[in-house]
Amino acid sequence: MPAATPTRSTLARPKLAVWKFASCDGCQLSLLDLEDELLTLPERIEVAYFLEASRAVVEGPYDLSLVEGSVTTRADVERIREVRRVSRHLVTIGACATAGGIQALRNFADVGELAAAVYPSPSYISTLETSTPIAASVPVDFELHGCPIDRHQLLEVISAFLARRRPAIPAYSVCVECKRRGNVCVMVARGTPCLGPVTHAGCGAICPGHDRGCYGCFGPMETPNPGSLSASMRDLGAETPDLIRAYRGFNAAAPAFRAAGDAHAAESEAEA
Amino acid sequence: MAVEGVATTIERGAFDGLLTAIARSGYELIGPTIRDGAIVYDEIATSADLPIGWTDEQDGGSYRLRRRDDEALFGYAVGPQSWKRFLHPPEVTLWRASRDGDGAMAIESCEDGKPSYAFVGVRSCELHAIAIQDRVMVGGEHPDPFYAARRDGALLVAVNCTVGGGTCFCVSMGTGPRAGPGFDIALTEVIDGGRHYFLCEAGSEPGAAILAAVEQAPARAAEAAAATAAIAVAARHQGRSMEADGIRELLYDNYEHPRWDEVSERCLTCGNCTMVCPTCFCTTVEDSTDLAGAEADRTRRWDSCFTMDFSYVHGGSVRASARSRYRQWMTHKLATWIDQFGTSGCVGCGRCITWCPVAIDITEEVAAIRADAID
Ligand code: SF4
Ligand code: SF4
Ligand code: SF4
Ligand code: SF4
Repeated sequence: MPAATPTRSTLARPKLAVWKFASCDGCQLSLLDLEDELLTLPERIEVAYFLEASRAVVEGPYDLSLVEGSVTTRADVERIREVRRVSRHLVTIGACATAGGIQALRNFADVGELAAAVYPSPSYISTLETSTPIAASVPVDFELHGCPIDRHQLLEVISAFLARRRPAIPAYSVCVECKRRGNVCVMVARGTPCLGPVTHAGCGAICPGHDRGCYGCFGPMETPNPGSLSASMRDLGAETPDLIRAYRGFNAAAPAFRAAGDAHAAESEAEA
Repeated sequence: MAVEGVATTIERGAFDGLLTAIARSGYELIGPTIRDGAIVYDEIATSADLPIGWTDEQDGGSYRLRRRDDEALFGYAVGPQSWKRFLHPPEVTLWRASRDGDGAMAIESCEDGKPSYAFVGVRSCELHAIAIQDRVMVGGEHPDPFYAARRDGALLVAVNCTVGGGTCFCVSMGTGPRAGPGFDIALTEVIDGGRHYFLCEAGSEPGAAILAAVEQAPARAAEAAAATAAIAVAARHQGRSMEADGIRELLYDNYEHPRWDEVSERCLTCGNCTMVCPTCFCTTVEDSTDLAGAEADRTRRWDSCFTMDFSYVHGGSVRASARSRYRQWMTHKLATWIDQFGTSGCVGCGRCITWCPVAIDITEEVAAIRADAID
């Protein structure tokens, strides 16, 4: 770090910690992906605990903890309580931490059967019946959605935290971003089912920009209406199994998507 | 300013001469072109960029390009975008503040010069929509400098509609299909047997000056009549209509109509209708700071009355239900707009019907309320 006159920020650098629970590491990596800003970050923030980037560990307490991953073991439950205890602000990042992630598909099945199908010695596996978001175990100050999160949004959350303002992370639909970007709606112009109308903005409508429907990576938007969207997707040819799959993705256990997936699963049983 | 002038005709073969004359006068040409399965507005250079031989088939929640059996340049209705994208862009940085090493602050405006757009293919409903946005954005006490800069330099080349769009209802709203005042040049495309030409009128001095540089002939009565007949076809074949008489009172009297509950069960509160509407103007401003705390900027983005933040007032949203948000949108368009700006906020372009993912149809909603009005 340059030895220039200390500025306000270097005098009292808040301490950042990045924690991992059940996850793929993709969200933490978006912090390292902030190529342009990565060099400024240590001037403003002391990266005190971030095993993905450095083995050096600075003791807590921490001013800002970013938590990736979901709670899937008893040990996780203990550890997240400890993380909460040493964190002034706790922000969860990604679909695993905010909704339970793709691994929450176990919530709809029997974990014992799944473990037996996947592992040669399932007896070594000690896991909970469900994968749950961090907020189900401890209070959370802010949730940043996405699978993975958008690095610009992560930067916005950290910058807002440093400036002590509310992050500008809108919770409206992907459609708003899609139209601002100038995409032609794939649902209307191509007849491609799209989860954009029920999905939380944040990605900048990447998939419709490449002629694909939205997969719902950012979870439910502020006031989702999946029932109405599903009816339109059926008109476009989607069948009950397609609808179950649409909602049971990375955010399968987010309440609005879970309810929609469960409703379609019940229809599927009735159809069978 | 309207110029007293006689109509002339420009042959299809001379049409590129018109585009060249416009570009030579210093304008950036923006016009219809095909992208991602739709006719969108974008930069164009020659007539080859136009949707030659294509039309659009539109209905609630559905839009498809279809081949025509001729080589018309403007044989479609309107696409997902409107000229709002250029005059009132989806995202504008308003100002930027910076702090130097000593902590001194500097604020700089981000006004981005004066683009000179020539919009080629402006429909009659869109001329009306631009006039409405003019009143909103620059007609009041605090004109918006960003809009004004774009609007002042713009040349409007209108094209009279000759196909009836599946979701159009400008006839009901009194906004088309023949272009009214406000254009610099107006064209009507006529394909008559083997001949393909444009009937052309100037609506302003700059329009007349550009036309003077193009190869043309005085229009004969039969040609003018053929153009009028072509426009009449568009009027006859519109896919939608709306009874607009007394609509302000109708909506004010039916604030508690059960129809609002029905539509709110379908409405996704996705905001698509407001994004595509050529008159919706609402924006939000968002501030962002950089990590170093040395720079901040303020950006204005299209917003929508369908978002929760839109009506967020200290502790919660005033319009939390889908019912109250749809009602706000439709009532603003068709009723309160009249009190606020002196005209309807709806020009009957049909975009909100076509581009609603669940095919909610403003004309159907009005008809349902009218059929079973409380008062
Ligand atoms: S493509 Fe999807 S996200 Fe984009 S406007 Fe259409 S429904 Fe919304
Ligand atoms: S309300 Fe609908 S039909 Fe009326 S101007 Fe707006 S988009 Fe067009
Ligand atoms: S209808 Fe809604 S988005 Fe459109 S101008 Fe009115 S308040 Fe704004
Ligand atoms: S009316 Fe249609 S386009 Fe508008 S918010 Fe509701 S669902 Fe979206």
